[in-house]
Amino acid sequence: MTGGMSGLDQMDDLYEVIILDHYRSPRNTSAVENPDIDLEVNNPFCGDEVRIQMKIDRNIVSHVGITGRGCAISQASASLLAELVEGKSSDQVHGAVDSVRRLLKGENITDQEADTLGDIEALQGVRKFPVRIKCALLSWVGLDDALKDHIAGVKS
Amino acid sequence: MIDSTGNTVSTGLNVNSIRADFPILQRKIHGQNLVYLDNAATTQKPNQVIKSLTDYYEQTNANVHRGVHTLSIEATDGYELARSKVADFINAPRSEEIIWTRNTSESLNLVAATWAENNVVAGDNIVITAMEHHSNIVPWQQLAFKKGAELRYFAHNSDGIIDLEHAMTVIDERTKILSVTHMSNVLGTVNPISELAGRAHDVGAVIMVDAAQSVPHMPVDVQDLDADFLAFSAHKMLGPTGIGVLWGKVSLLEDMPPYMFGGDMILEVTYEDANWNDLPYKFEAGTPNIADAFGTGAAVDYLSRLGMKNVWRHEQDLTAYAMERILSLDTVKILGPKDPSMRGGVISFIHDSIHPHDLGTALDQQGIAIRTGHHCAMPLVRSYDVVAAARASFYIYNTKSEVDALVNGISETEGYFNR
Ligand SMILES: Cc1ncc(COP(=O)(O)O)c(C=O)c1O
Repeated sequence: MTGGMSGLDQMDDLYEVIILDHYRSPRNTSAVENPDIDLEVNNPFCGDEVRIQMKIDRNIVSHVGITGRGCAISQASASLLAELVEGKSSDQVHGAVDSVRRLLKGENITDQEADTLGDIEALQGVRKFPVRIKCALLSWVGLDDALKDHIAGVKS
Repeated sequence: MIDSTGNTVSTGLNVNSIRADFPILQRKIHGQNLVYLDNAATTQKPNQVIKSLTDYYEQTNANVHRGVHTLSIEATDGYELARSKVADFINAPRSEEIIWTRNTSESLNLVAATWAENNVVAGDNIVITAMEHHSNIVPWQQLAFKKGAELRYFAHNSDGIIDLEHAMTVIDERTKILSVTHMSNVLGTVNPISELAGRAHDVGAVIMVDAAQSVPHMPVDVQDLDADFLAFSAHKMLGPTGIGVLWGKVSLLEDMPPYMFGGDMILEVTYEDANWNDLPYKFEAGTPNIADAFGTGAAVDYLSRLGMKNVWRHEQDLTAYAMERILSLDTVKILGPKDPSMRGGVISFIHDSIHPHDLGTALDQQGIAIRTGHHCAMPLVRSYDVVAAARASFYIYNTKSEVDALVNGISETEGYFNR
């Protein structure tokens, strides 16, 4: 731990233990075979890249694999996302993405939403570092859009 | 040399007295002293420049070239005096070769949209290096698409030194324009402009120099370089934002069509037609950025008083020291020339475990401002198989103790992330 002198302890809100843990050991990183969704999102401004692969089974995300390279926030956020979406319906995923968006905007979320998000609430420290919100949202927004497109494509 | 306050004074510049001219250096960031190491993006401004702006607005403000009243005459005189200071600063033969633009980007676009628009035809080629800023890639890409011309690149080695032999073969009889950065904003490499100019002229091409990172930091003489066009921004050399310079040879500028149309750039307008004003006004449509021209003049005065040789020496000194200190960390790789004498005061680096963005946030917490990301040179940064890098860049007010602060800051950050 660094002392107060350097001011780095101010970063603890941003780099919560859970965030650093997901950054160091990201979950669900193995490739998905024959994915229904396979997309790469990136934020060229910061140099964050995330690849998201999903298998969709009647509106349910049955399998997800996420890999990438970039800053701790973007990569931990992607890993937290991977953990959350597996087994969820597309509506549940949209709901969670919406909660995360509002959480990062500094809006209040309900206790029920907080329950659903679990560890993901750790991302709220990013609010104090507005330039990093993009990093946190990168994979969430990408996955949400891709899932919407996929469901719309299956329906039509 | 160590002065009475314990700060290292580099030969030629009295850094302590320079620092006293920059009010922003008194700022605290997150409770720490500001260590400003993002000078390649923009530099800070001394009191002399800030005061020139307030003086202008308090004492002189009027439109230029269009009044007989005292203020308008004084504004016009000051505006033109600043132009001639800039001309002297880069040893331009004539003051009317200095065209005020908004920044380097606009100067580059101006030449692409006028000279190159008129001279490049299908089958011709435009040649640039693989280490250009987006501002010196995209205008040429677009022009090449539009004209059916080819955009060619010449290579550099892994140390960021251009391959002159390769360049000589890439430039050929169909080359119309060569546009090259004088100093890379990512690698710090200083390119051999006059050799390239010689080759360009041999094949009947012109050479444009992106001097955004050279004019602020080293003596630049457009005649020595044998350049045809040269572009830079005032904000990277102590001056205000919103004003830049295009220098061009009179013979070329005279044949070029205007870039924008409007007031000031015309000589005579009838309901049917118009004809163009003389240089440089042909390229300065509308009310120009008068106040910031005054500010640019003050910035040039400031730098001239220090002497550009001294500025360059100071930065070379600091760069050599910084490279040695940063490399002593063992966890960091530096992009660009290994030999500090082959580069300017820009050090881009990659940490083996901390992403530049996380490093940037952590250094900011310690008051240290660096740049992180692709540095507006995506193809170049990607060529090093990374998507982002961190960059420290120096100027006249930076000290060796600030370099130490950077290096300690990186160590502290390692400690934080390895806890
Ligand atoms: C080498 C180089 N060229 C061009 C530019 C663009 O300058 P400006 O943003 O002032 O137009 C920059 C600044 O970032 C630069 O470093």
